[in-house]
Amino acid sequence: MTDISQNPQARQHGGVTLRVAMPWIVGAFLILVLPFVFQSNSAITIMNQMSITIIFALSYNMLLGQGGMLSFGHAVYMGMGGFLCVHVMNWDMFGSLPLPVLPIFGGIMGMVMALIIGSFSTRKAGTVFAMISLGVGELIAACSVIIVVFFGGEEGISGDRTYGMPFLGYEFLSQIEVYYLIGFWLFVSALLMFLFSRTPIGRMANAVRDNPERAEFLGYSSRWVRFNSFVAAGFFAGIAGGLFAISYEILTEENLNLVTSGSILLVTFLGGVGVFFGPIIGAIVFTLLQTVLSLETEIWSLYVGALFVATVMFFPSGLAGVLMMHAPAFKLGKWQMLIVPYIKTLVPAALCIVGIAGIVEILFHARHSAVGETEMTLFWITFDHTSIMPWIVFAVLAIVGFWITRKTAPDLVEAWHAATTPDEVSR
Amino acid sequence: MTPALEINNLHKSFGKAEIIRGIDLSIGQSERHAIIGPNGAGKSTLFNLITGRFAASSGKVSLHGQDLAGLAPFEINRLGLSRSFQITNIFPKMTVFENVRCALLWAKGYKYSFWHMVSRSRDLTEGADAILEQINLTARRDLPAGVLSYAEQRALEIGITIAGGADVIMLDEPTAGMSHSETDYIVDLIRKVTEGKTLVMVEHDMGVVFGLADRISVLVYGEIIATGKPEEVRGNPRVQEAYLGAALEAEH
Ligand SMILES: Nc1ncnc2c1ncn2[C@@H]1O[C@H](COP(=O)(O)OP(=O)(O)OP(=O)(O)O)[C@@H](O)[C@H]1O
Ligand SMILES: [Mg+2]
Repeated sequence: MTDISQNPQARQHGGVTLRVAMPWIVGAFLILVLPFVFQSNSAITIMNQMSITIIFALSYNMLLGQGGMLSFGHAVYMGMGGFLCVHVMNWDMFGSLPLPVLPIFGGIMGMVMALIIGSFSTRKAGTVFAMISLGVGELIAACSVIIVVFFGGEEGISGDRTYGMPFLGYEFLSQIEVYYLIGFWLFVSALLMFLFSRTPIGRMANAVRDNPERAEFLGYSSRWVRFNSFVAAGFFAGIAGGLFAISYEILTEENLNLVTSGSILLVTFLGGVGVFFGPIIGAIVFTLLQTVLSLETEIWSLYVGALFVATVMFFPSGLAGVLMMHAPAFKLGKWQMLIVPYIKTLVPAALCIVGIAGIVEILFHARHSAVGETEMTLFWITFDHTSIMPWIVFAVLAIVGFWITRKTAPDLVEAWHAATTPDEVSR
Repeated sequence: MTPALEINNLHKSFGKAEIIRGIDLSIGQSERHAIIGPNGAGKSTLFNLITGRFAASSGKVSLHGQDLAGLAPFEINRLGLSRSFQITNIFPKMTVFENVRCALLWAKGYKYSFWHMVSRSRDLTEGADAILEQINLTARRDLPAGVLSYAEQRALEIGITIAGGADVIMLDEPTAGMSHSETDYIVDLIRKVTEGKTLVMVEHDMGVVFGLADRISVLVYGEIIATGKPEEVRGNPRVQEAYLGAALEAEH
């Protein structure tokens, strides 16, 4: 996933080198072995969700990161793909269709939708594109309650994946079988999307993103370049929708509404739009927060929102961007210099966050719990929200944590500068 | 022989302001033609009209005898006309190498292909590296274009323009803002890469103009007041009066 043009080895051979292939080998390996590490059913469900979100986010980044198109309606293509796949599950012919092939129907559906909508929405990038995507998203979501035959109204439509033709003897009754089906599609989709970004049209998508006018003077129609990316993104979103249909066997209006469209923007941005693997990180982190955090607290989305705002404000290149900032330190072999400063900053920062989260949780509990129910458990400690002690403890944590972080952060920045610049002597 | 570029009675108004007021110009194959004129005369506007960036109010532009009316910039480019911009117009977030490679894609026949891998195409990589060598930016190859110095960006601008091998090349003030040595270098480069091609160039530096151009047109207030060989134009009293005298004095 490294940029080939920045990789001198690949430049010379112009072919596949180990360095280029390595992330994919590691990725495939992880997909294969993760279920042996996390064996519980709920863990596998989370990983399935994660894989689907990764495909969806990568597809979204074909628009945002690579093509410079800010879409507020990308869930439409995933949702439509998903709906079609559930319908296919209910057709008679499904009995003679192996389940792993089903997502292709979703992909084609997403692609057809993108062909139709992209034909007018990709005329311009920028605000015009964003507004059209928002309008179309709203429109399709509204259709979903009107066209009941296809969308199934409020309760959506459901199917049964196990009616498909057994594939190599598997009927996909268990979660783990579904996991490998999704894992296969994750690998294939991610690889295809990566390869797309290396083709002439994929490179021109970057050029059109940077400067659509100049691209026109190089022989390329900006609109046609955008349209192509848009259709390809629609296809992969549809694949994700098909996998969603397989995994959950039900689709509702929620799958294509603006909330879902908004959250994939958030996921992608959180991970980082500037590098190919950014959305993968975003999808992993977001899914973990969504699933694990939501078990712990009802107001998990508040924390996700705060994380998003913090990312946009302080790390506009996302988590992947933060990782990439450290690449020089590893190349120069000076990463050890960063360990101590990081501990000195991150530990108090974590304490500060714990403090703030504690206060927010107590407030939330005090406002929303049933009358008389004053006992609550937080960070494995049970206490009474009316007593003053927890307030003091969390407030002290927050303030002291914040204070220390502020004191040590400049050292961290300095250490980072030192670690990422070559030594004077070695020049 | 049909001229490379022919302009007939071209007009352009922005609202009430008539900026191009009836231009007739014919530029032959393999001719190096310079357009000079005071600031705001309409030189860049003329470029924009020829290359399809603006639509003309009236009049006709033809390239190798083909009428360009109604064609989009990318269609005109595919007919073999390439241009640079007065205000640097590159792809700032992409690497210098990628900037040039993108400029090669259409000309090398890749079009909208999604079945080729750009990194595996030897002709693209070698072609782009050869251009980088020519414009002296090999050392900057893998930097984002946006971080280059002004002069380097100007060189890249020219590199992108010539990369596709168009046979009509239009340069809008290629040496603007460059030092003397940089100017000399760029002029040599332009001479080299436009060998056998048609060059149309807007330029303020009279040294460059008289050194490079086969013919010169003087554009003043949206009209061409003189066209001809450098020495003819230099001797033309109207030109002297309107423009050149002042410009030549300013040179010294
Ligand atoms: N898009 C536009 N809308 C309105 N007026 C314009 C537009 N483009 C150019 N003009 C006007 O047309 C006139 C000619 O501009 P142009 O840029 O063609 O001059 P120029 O000869 O290239 O000058 P310079 O030497 O400064 O580059 C100017 O008065 C300018 O304000
Ligand atoms: Mg100008």
